[in-house]
Amino acid sequence: MTIKGKAYIAGVYEHPTRNADDKSLAQLHAESAMGALADAGLTKDDVDGYFCAGDAPGLGPLSMADYMGLKLRHMDTTETGGSSYVIHVGHAAEAIALGRCSVALITLAGRPRAEGMATGTVPRAPVAASPDAPFEYPYGPTVANQYGMAAMRHMHQYGTTSAQLAWIKVAASQHAQHNPNALLREVVTVEDVINSPMIADPLHRLDCCVITDGGGAIVVAKPEIARSLKRPLVNVLGAGEAPKHQMGGKVDLTYSGAVWSGPAAFAEAGVSHADIKYVSIYDSFTITVLITLEDLGFAAKGQGGKLVADGNLISGVGKLPFNTDGGGLCNNHPANRGGLTKVVEAVRQLRGEAHPKVQVKNCDIALAHGTGGSLGTRHGSATVIMGRE
Amino acid sequence: MSTVERKYPAPAVNPEIKPFFDAAAEGKLALKKCAACGQIHHYPRAICPFCGSERTEWISASGRGTIYSFSVMRRVPVPYAIAYVTLEEGVTMMTNIVDCSLDAIRIGQRVKVVFKPTDGGPPVPMFGPA
Ligand SMILES: [Zn+2]
Repeated sequence: MTIKGKAYIAGVYEHPTRNADDKSLAQLHAESAMGALADAGLTKDDVDGYFCAGDAPGLGPLSMADYMGLKLRHMDTTETGGSSYVIHVGHAAEAIALGRCSVALITLAGRPRAEGMATGTVPRAPVAASPDAPFEYPYGPTVANQYGMAAMRHMHQYGTTSAQLAWIKVAASQHAQHNPNALLREVVTVEDVINSPMIADPLHRLDCCVITDGGGAIVVAKPEIARSLKRPLVNVLGAGEAPKHQMGGKVDLTYSGAVWSGPAAFAEAGVSHADIKYVSIYDSFTITVLITLEDLGFAAKGQGGKLVADGNLISGVGKLPFNTDGGGLCNNHPANRGGLTKVVEAVRQLRGEAHPKVQVKNCDIALAHGTGGSLGTRHGSATVIMGRE
Repeated sequence: MSTVERKYPAPAVNPEIKPFFDAAAEGKLALKKCAACGQIHHYPRAICPFCGSERTEWISASGRGTIYSFSVMRRVPVPYAIAYVTLEEGVTMMTNIVDCSLDAIRIGQRVKVVFKPTDGGPPVPMFGPA
């Protein structure tokens, strides 16, 4: 059994706010949900499946179904950090293929800016009874220094340079200048990135994603419903997911779980790399993009630096346009979780609804990838490949 | 030498891992080895992550290793170096590199264990120049 052709992305929405001082968390989820339903041409009463992750308030689907007044017959709370929502797309397609629901709603929201979180530079308090915490928390693991270790090892082993990583941010900034909602719209150069303050060696401030409030939502629908709507048809072609961890102490920071999620998604979709016109790649840090592109097979392991350099990720300039909304590096990283917005921009590209300055020509097949958790310890990788009909 | 040290948060000790921190209090680095498959793992578990056996036993490590990777956290009041050190026994553990200039740390550098006090808990293993 496969999900290929069994479900369509009917609606997407990225909340325009980047600083939600005046909104509650449930409100942000619901506003995002209503936005995606309106985009699809559906209402909340059409929803019978609901998907959310650890950012949802209270008891997740119970609290949000209560708040929004949903009547559900399917729920999924798969929680893999920022990649959760990419996994949710695959799971929603599975649920629809099995007839467990007809219209699946996925929401994300958070207010880290409003709450004043020092997201990347202060160790997050460990989740209660997390078995790894006694062997990590005393050492001050932050998001930034964990990804820093991954970058440091990649540089050591493969000769990757700070300038190559900087090109990833440069490309994102080239795209973000056209996005009126982007938090950072200023175009930056390789020198700007390298000369920005060092946060955690070898990652500079401009190697790090933004911290934003906001949210987003995705509506996945069964074919009969999707075809009845007045929106371009975006088909879920294939999906893959996998955790990667420390392997009992056989630590290898040079690759991610994309080495498993990617091939699974490509195999299910039945497409090759040459077929992919656009990629949304999770960009918590520049190094996240580089390692992911290698693991997805767009470059040989260790050769990612050459792939991303010299503007090759810039739409209209390079061979592999990525994150044309400006991504997490420039546009938006709502709730410190960038997976949902990765799917949203890929859908915009497939519909031909990206900003004209960054719209990829004849974009019929696109890939979105999420990396939740940490490249430096354990993370969940998720890949989804979508096609326009 | 860095003169100011970060205050190290205490590990939350539970019965499964208490022997590790009891050993640390005696200045010894303990690891778990599986009697069924013969492999050493870290962090220590009651059940072997490689073969699933419950026949895991505590062993003493040499305390010597090399730096696999590291990152100096700069944008904090007291900069510090997080690292993964690969021990002679073959497992790689998260730690801090201490008792040296943060700018002199290199991947591949040989290091040896030192135990540093934590804020209200048992000492934890860190690594300094060998
Ligand atoms: Zn074993």
